[in-house]
Amino acid sequence: MSEERFGRLTDPPVTFLMTGVRVVDPGEGSNTIRDLAVLNGFLTDSATLPPGAEQLDGTGLIAAPGFCDLHTHLREPGGEDAETIASGTRAAARGGFTTVCAMPNTDPPPDTPIQLTRLLEAGRDAACRVRVVGSVTIGRAGQALADLAGMADAGAVGFSDDGAAVPSPDLARAALSCLAGVNRPLIEHAEDSSLVAGSVMRAGPTAVRLGLAGWPPSAELSVVERDIALAAESGGRLHLTHLSTAAALEAVQDARARGVPVTCDVTPHHLALTDAWVAGSRHFAWDEPADVGVIAARAFDGSCRVNPPLTSREDALALLAGLADGTIDAIATDHAPHPRERKIVPFEEAAPGMIGLETALSIGLAAVEAGRLDLATLIHALSLGPAQIIAERRSLAPGQLADLVVFDPLARRRLEAEGLASASVNTPLLGMELPGVVRLTVADGRVMYRS
Amino acid sequence: MIGGGHLLDVDTLSRAEIERVLDLAVEMRAARGTPTCRSLLEAETVGLAFYEASTRTRVSFELAAKALGATVVDLHVAGSSVGKGESLIDTLRTLERTGVTTLVLRHETSGAPYLAARCTGMAVVNAGDGMHAHPTQALLDALTLREAIGPLDGRVIAIVGDVAHSRVARSNLHVLVSCGARVRLGGPAAWVSGFEGYPGVEVAANIHDTLADADAVMALRVQLERSAVGAIGSLHEYVARWRLDEARMEVAAPNAPILHPGPTNAGVELTGELANGRRSLIGRQVENGVPVRMAVLALVTGAA
Repeated sequence: MSEERFGRLTDPPVTFLMTGVRVVDPGEGSNTIRDLAVLNGFLTDSATLPPGAEQLDGTGLIAAPGFCDLHTHLREPGGEDAETIASGTRAAARGGFTTVCAMPNTDPPPDTPIQLTRLLEAGRDAACRVRVVGSVTIGRAGQALADLAGMADAGAVGFSDDGAAVPSPDLARAALSCLAGVNRPLIEHAEDSSLVAGSVMRAGPTAVRLGLAGWPPSAELSVVERDIALAAESGGRLHLTHLSTAAALEAVQDARARGVPVTCDVTPHHLALTDAWVAGSRHFAWDEPADVGVIAARAFDGSCRVNPPLTSREDALALLAGLADGTIDAIATDHAPHPRERKIVPFEEAAPGMIGLETALSIGLAAVEAGRLDLATLIHALSLGPAQIIAERRSLAPGQLADLVVFDPLARRRLEAEGLASASVNTPLLGMELPGVVRLTVADGRVMYRS
Repeated sequence: MIGGGHLLDVDTLSRAEIERVLDLAVEMRAARGTPTCRSLLEAETVGLAFYEASTRTRVSFELAAKALGATVVDLHVAGSSVGKGESLIDTLRTLERTGVTTLVLRHETSGAPYLAARCTGMAVVNAGDGMHAHPTQALLDALTLREAIGPLDGRVIAIVGDVAHSRVARSNLHVLVSCGARVRLGGPAAWVSGFEGYPGVEVAANIHDTLADADAVMALRVQLERSAVGAIGSLHEYVARWRLDEARMEVAAPNAPILHPGPTNAGVELTGELANGRRSLIGRQVENGVPVRMAVLALVTGAA
């Protein structure tokens, strides 16, 4: 691996010419091999570059708009042993992301305009843009609405009680009504807490075999249906994050057909990993054999504990199809770092979550290689799709502030704990060889990552 | 898996491997007390780490290890650093550093022995993990059955009760099916659902169909401590519909024996008359615990 360098948003803007790169720009609907010129941070015509500007060979590489992650846990404040804004945004830059939306299940959660402003300040010199998702309820306690309008004015891009759904229907309706006025989405972790009590993996044959309490799909569907009804009534925008079941996806499809303002995202691990991974499988959903069995050397690995849990093969393939047909607007990582000691425990006691910023593109490219997704759809779902949900723009047209990622789609790397930029290593993908290596990430005209 | 250093589950054991354990257990029963037997594991230190209450399993593992000449240490969980909040893996690594070579682990969470096997260098024997597996119980049940009714090929073994929450049932399914038996499950719907698809397993609708022509019947413990009763309405209803008694056993094969992993809840899973009557193999199960665990310890340590 060549040397890696990280930058900051406060660095000086960059000037370079990349020749012969395949530029995939979903906003323009274009996919062409051309030169990409950046002058003082702005995309430009290569003729305007000064002589002596740095030249990069883009042969075999793909340039795309910078990726946008709607669902990132930066763990700051309160969880700095797992991740910080600095380490988390470096992980983002290394994965091609130029925006991350920091989820509010921190300690304390951002539930006032002043806390929100402070977090945005803390992210000023990070390795990608840090947007903040405000807490829906005070203290994220699910009791009383926080100052949503005030936080929206302070810059919140959306609101969520992530880690849990807004618990009661009346509170969810009040939130959606309030958000309709400020044009921000309610980002809902759709899960009925009473239906999932005690569960640690997706209900199904693998859970039965392993003797682990199963998470029922009804837990997701019941909140999705509740929220769709409330969004339809209130006119507030609903964004369902990390959908994991085909049933919930169908509900979204129906709602959209009726004109309800609902969008959704899916994580890379729900697209490609399955509940069989808890039994030790390391096959992606599209390659999974009929009976995986139990692979003792990897079974019950805490790194496979995540919420919502890794889904069934059938549901993973349905989610891939939903991404391909446009029902799903975005891929969001739910990057959830945890210190080692919270994962080297019995499976049932492992903290739920896995890191994802540095592997999202690779998992997507694996799906592309398998013929389950086309490259343009993948890039849209990582960049323009999520950006539109938080009213960010993405374009590779001349005149724009450069915000892009350049990656080698054919290069492969073995994922090693030592190489990760994240402060945590909790992913079951360690040791696997994955396609796709990011070579350059530019945010706001500054180089955030280069290898 | 067995002989390769661990016994985490029985699901990967072949029929030949299972029969090797049972044959060895029979040999161990005969050899117990001989000098050869008492020196077999003299180089080993067996650590017993029971994070859940146990009488039969813990005592028989201890006696088995001692019968083979091993040094035995019992981690008294309540009186150890576990009470000070030490994590499972830290405790196990401490045991390993003090010289424990073989770990016998019981834990309330499914899969804990897999973590122990992955993260320490000790040979690990699963003495019951959550709802997942209880390998030595299934092996001693297989030995008890083999000695009571002969080879299991084509025989119908009924398992009655809370299969869903039972590690004993899960491990018995694997062993019995591997040995050629047909397994029939009976119990309230919430306690048997999800097992329909197991190869070699059928689910019966009521106690009559469960027991009809069964060659042997295994009653499971109603695990009041896992608060599993909520899912089925009431204990009273369970007793009314599913409790084994002599009249219900009439439809089973003549003299079909009854097994129960213990401890029994008096009058809940079966009547006292059955538990203490001529059909009962409950005492034999306990007796077979020591030789089967001797065989397992000898195999995982490579001594046999």
